[in-house]
Amino acid sequence: MKIVVCVKQVPDSWAEKKLNASTKLIDREGVDAVLNDLDEYAIESALQIVEANGGSEAGHSVTLISMGPERATEALRKGLSMGADDAILISDAALAGSDALATSLILAKAIQRVNPDLILCGTESTDARMSVIPSMLSERLELPQLSFAGEVNVSADQVSIKRVTDEGVDSMGSPLPVIVSVIEKINEPRYPSFKGIMAAKKKNIEVLSLADLGVSADEVGGVGAWSLVNDFNEQAARSAGVKVVDEGAGGNALSEFLAEKRLA
Amino acid sequence: MSTFVFIDHIDGVITKTAGELLTIARRSGEVTAVLVGNPGVGAKAVAAINSCGANKIIAIEDSTIDNHPSALVAQGLADLLLEKGATTFLIPSTARGKEIAARVAVRTNSGIITDAVDVTADSIATQSIFGGSAVVHSKVSKGIAIITVRPNSVEPESQPSTCEVEIISPKLNPTKVVISNREPAKRGGRPELTEASIVVSGGRGTNGDFAPVEALADLLGAAVGASRAATDAGWYPHSHQVGQTGKTVSPSLYIACGISGAIQHRAGMQTSKVIVAINKDPEAPIFEVTDFGVVGDLFAVLPQATSAIAARKG
Repeated sequence: MKIVVCVKQVPDSWAEKKLNASTKLIDREGVDAVLNDLDEYAIESALQIVEANGGSEAGHSVTLISMGPERATEALRKGLSMGADDAILISDAALAGSDALATSLILAKAIQRVNPDLILCGTESTDARMSVIPSMLSERLELPQLSFAGEVNVSADQVSIKRVTDEGVDSMGSPLPVIVSVIEKINEPRYPSFKGIMAAKKKNIEVLSLADLGVSADEVGGVGAWSLVNDFNEQAARSAGVKVVDEGAGGNALSEFLAEKRLA
Repeated sequence: MSTFVFIDHIDGVITKTAGELLTIARRSGEVTAVLVGNPGVGAKAVAAINSCGANKIIAIEDSTIDNHPSALVAQGLADLLLEKGATTFLIPSTARGKEIAARVAVRTNSGIITDAVDVTADSIATQSIFGGSAVVHSKVSKGIAIITVRPNSVEPESQPSTCEVEIISPKLNPTKVVISNREPAKRGGRPELTEASIVVSGGRGTNGDFAPVEALADLLGAAVGASRAATDAGWYPHSHQVGQTGKTVSPSLYIACGISGAIQHRAGMQTSKVIVAINKDPEAPIFEVTDFGVVGDLFAVLPQATSAIAARKG
């Protein structure tokens, strides 16, 4: 079974993020770039599925696919050191400023080259937080989708999941090939071992351009964007208000504050 | 302008987002309310939609449409939007709403903006990003403006109408997905987290005991939230997690109990109108964003606050 995991390099989710005044895009300079936290759960799921079905000896493989600048190879390298077999990076200057529609178009083309049985994604990237790519891939690739999986089981040619959302927990399944997105409660992603890190240095990252995928530059990037930022402004940081130390009447003080603000 | 609004409902009972989205949509003129569901859903919801107000109500009814969370719904919607020449489509920014929107955007080759907190008459969307540290105005430049709107973003105003519901039953391509079992979330009488006007949240400081958090929440008619530390520990369901990798909430009042306020958490609640925190650690970062903070033990402060408020309310 061939598994593809879609991943993204994002600014460190613990760092303060800003927009760039001239490009109106997220400022990636001066912020540590990391593998999107939420994608690690998808990689871990892929590795567990391979391990549970006889490993790479049984002909199973995990390929990571990402779109991004050259330095996104660092994020891919992390996924390879966790245990993925190889990776594809679609990198092209014309892709800068691409929105979700362009990203899903590019990822879909790259996935078609691999022709996998199973495509895994995280639920969203921690920078844009749109949570739309898995559904867009389902439309573009005309494949069934199982989303928000809190549990995934793969048997022969069938995948079943437990979908966990606000609306409840649904058990659902689909034949392969299928797109599955996993939530962060599904597993505990492994830390790369020393052996894994060393092995990853030798693993192949194939870098593809737009031309390799047969996509023209005017379909993607800022030029081809389906939506545009008009303007933005930074909000003044919230300032700290009153702070009282509880010496026996902290709860009463809180109650009075809420009464004063007519909130309770 | 021809704005279409997706009416969210549970078995024909419309959710609070319906009134909010219709209020926003009316700014641009003609509004069509669309709901999707099993046969009979249109007749069931029409009075409630009219009490919010719309110029037209269309129900896409199909007995198989709920066989997939979003794929079949998106098929029906995309065809309708194209056929009717919709210029803007508003849908609630929920997990399912975003899935439907993503699919409709691809099917209609349209741009999409998610998590808007406001939309102008000419479909310019306002988003509050990076935990409220920046406000962005964006516009869709191709196709229909597909915009997902966060619950609780506007105060709904009603402008009652008297439309009849037009029922359509399009032919849908079946999905390969089979849903074998459904366990709807137990609402437990509390409002939905992203829709609530007050949220009381618990974190590591609760040590797993959410009783005082829930007691205050119930007195205030609030929803209960939790930090990632609390949901990771299994103390509270994942669906209640507030923060960067959980829900973004923007209530009138947010009460953080025993939550340190790492940026992960603040990203999900910093746009709340008033923020109150109780934490033992006077240096906890949550106090940098609170309007009123109590340095103390939540197990002492919360019960006292709860009984004081209860006494005042009589």
